[in-house]
Amino acid sequence: MKFYEYKAHEIFRKYGIPVPRGVLAAKPEDLAEPPLPCVVKAQVLIGGRGKAGGIKTAKTAEEARAAAQAILGMSIGPYTVRQVYAQELLDIAQELYLSVTIDRSARAPLLMASALGGMDIESVPPEKIVRIHIAPLIGLQPYVLRNLAKRLALPQEVATQVSDIAKKMYALFRGEDAELVEINPLAVLRDGRVVAGDAKLIVDDSAEYRHPEYADLPQDRTPLEEEAHDKGITFIQLDGDIGVIANGAGLTMATLDVLNLKGGRGGAFLDLGGTDDPEKVKQAFEILLKARPSVIFLNIFGGITKADTVALGVEQALRAFGSNVPVVARIKGVNEERARAILANAGMRSVETVEHGAELAVQLRGEH
Amino acid sequence: MAVLLTRETRLMVQGITGHQGQFHTKAMLDYGTKVVAGTSPGKAGSEVHGVPVFDSCEEAVDGTRANASVIFVPAPFAKDAAIEAIEAGVKLLVIITERIPFHDALDVMPYARAKGVTVIGPNCPGVCSAGIAKAGIMPNQLFTPGPYGVISRSGTLTYEIVNEMTNAGLGQTTCVGIGGDPIIGTSMVEALEMFEGDPQTKGVVLVGEIGGTAEEEAAAHAKTMDTPVWSYVAGRTAPPGKRMGHAGAIISSGMGTAESKVKAFADAGVSVARYPREIPELIRKTHQ
Repeated sequence: MKFYEYKAHEIFRKYGIPVPRGVLAAKPEDLAEPPLPCVVKAQVLIGGRGKAGGIKTAKTAEEARAAAQAILGMSIGPYTVRQVYAQELLDIAQELYLSVTIDRSARAPLLMASALGGMDIESVPPEKIVRIHIAPLIGLQPYVLRNLAKRLALPQEVATQVSDIAKKMYALFRGEDAELVEINPLAVLRDGRVVAGDAKLIVDDSAEYRHPEYADLPQDRTPLEEEAHDKGITFIQLDGDIGVIANGAGLTMATLDVLNLKGGRGGAFLDLGGTDDPEKVKQAFEILLKARPSVIFLNIFGGITKADTVALGVEQALRAFGSNVPVVARIKGVNEERARAILANAGMRSVETVEHGAELAVQLRGEH
Repeated sequence: MAVLLTRETRLMVQGITGHQGQFHTKAMLDYGTKVVAGTSPGKAGSEVHGVPVFDSCEEAVDGTRANASVIFVPAPFAKDAAIEAIEAGVKLLVIITERIPFHDALDVMPYARAKGVTVIGPNCPGVCSAGIAKAGIMPNQLFTPGPYGVISRSGTLTYEIVNEMTNAGLGQTTCVGIGGDPIIGTSMVEALEMFEGDPQTKGVVLVGEIGGTAEEEAAAHAKTMDTPVWSYVAGRTAPPGKRMGHAGAIISSGMGTAESKVKAFADAGVSVARYPREIPELIRKTHQ
């Protein structure tokens, strides 16, 4: 789960991490009394806001409202800006970097920090980034914070604040099931305070059941992806024109790869998972057809999935939605022969291998 | 011989009375696995396909000397189930459950390690030692005994590849589905090490996918091995996934993409199949 900046700030505040004062606005009039001077920022779930013109500074409330007027309704990537966040302009003396994330290889949380924060953090040489693994069963011990402060070589009064923020970030990381908590820049202000200049938070989707308060937050999904998500279907829209239905993430990716090898491009893919429930298959087709593919390639490898049940679901779906989009089906599983007969009767092409299926799908696309 | 599951494996099934648990207990028994016990709180005294059901792991292990467990319980209860099995004394834990919060996995893995327990998964199809035993959900009919090990992050894609191997007459020692989650109990490198120690395994097939750095690490390890390794990487044309802020990029420093993985394998002398069916051809090229 991703979070708008203002929402992430809200959660940071809950954990006592200092963030700038700010006001959320859906229309310019909402900025009656913005903190001044301020930065008016588009609330979208992707980066590159600044370059797109989605961030403007303002010295007066009038300027802030004018900035909001200009930014609201703007398109940034695939999104239309619906809200802006007017945030106190920080008088920054130094920009640091601080994050907590997971290190898959070490199977442990990783605390990273640098005295060279800001825009170009990815090009900071590795030796300038402090990395400390934290034993999850033990938690963040005080020595970690002492080492962090020493290795960042910050003045005492700054180091104390950074340590305190790091400690609270780790509490947030564990408490909110976060994949990432990142502050870049962590701003050292001219008045000596240390404040989160930005707040990035990603929470583990699998832990959604422990955080029902986040369930209704908007995510970066297309409307069709949102519809699929609500039905519990994994569905992603791509920029090609061949619709792919497969089961399992690995097989779905492999199917797209083979299509590409044969000169085709996936337009959308849907992971059916481990189901042979005809109703679910029908739902899957309904979603995929809305993405208007030129041809549908169904690739199911079911060890225990009943192939004939999947085939029945496909037949019912095509009949119910009156679709004439050509379908190429490759179904392996129990009762394969019966499945092929059902598909053939319904006018679908049934093939034995992924490669053959991909070739046929590319060929049919050319004919339509 | 094989790795992980042998004729001495005495398997317990946690969540045996659920739909999945029942179904796969039958399949594992059909495969010849010694399924000696099942657990389901409150269901002690009943049986599932002739397997006695216990209330707790402790009772199951005391009553049957089970030394391995396969977990089918739903995600919110999986951490509890895993710790319970570790405490009861099993030495191998196969976690099939998907969508376990990874903060739960972060707790389970170091605890298992401290207790000397090997964990496979979570979010995996399990382990099958061909012709010997199976702990998990892989389809029985795919496997045929032979000299090749298989390590995979994926489920159905593994079936696809094992099926091609079997059709080509290239049998398996053990197939290990290590799981697709960010935090897993046994890494690709650790699974490779297991196969290196198995005299029956003459080569290993690695089925990887984009994301993380497991394949790059496995490639570096393969360079040091005498046993040949072949690979397939899914997701070469997948759209770039979500970027985990700057932190993800700093950790992986350019690794994680399909190009990076394919290049790492190529540099290590590991041939990479362009599509699943090419795996048997690659094995044949090495082993005439």
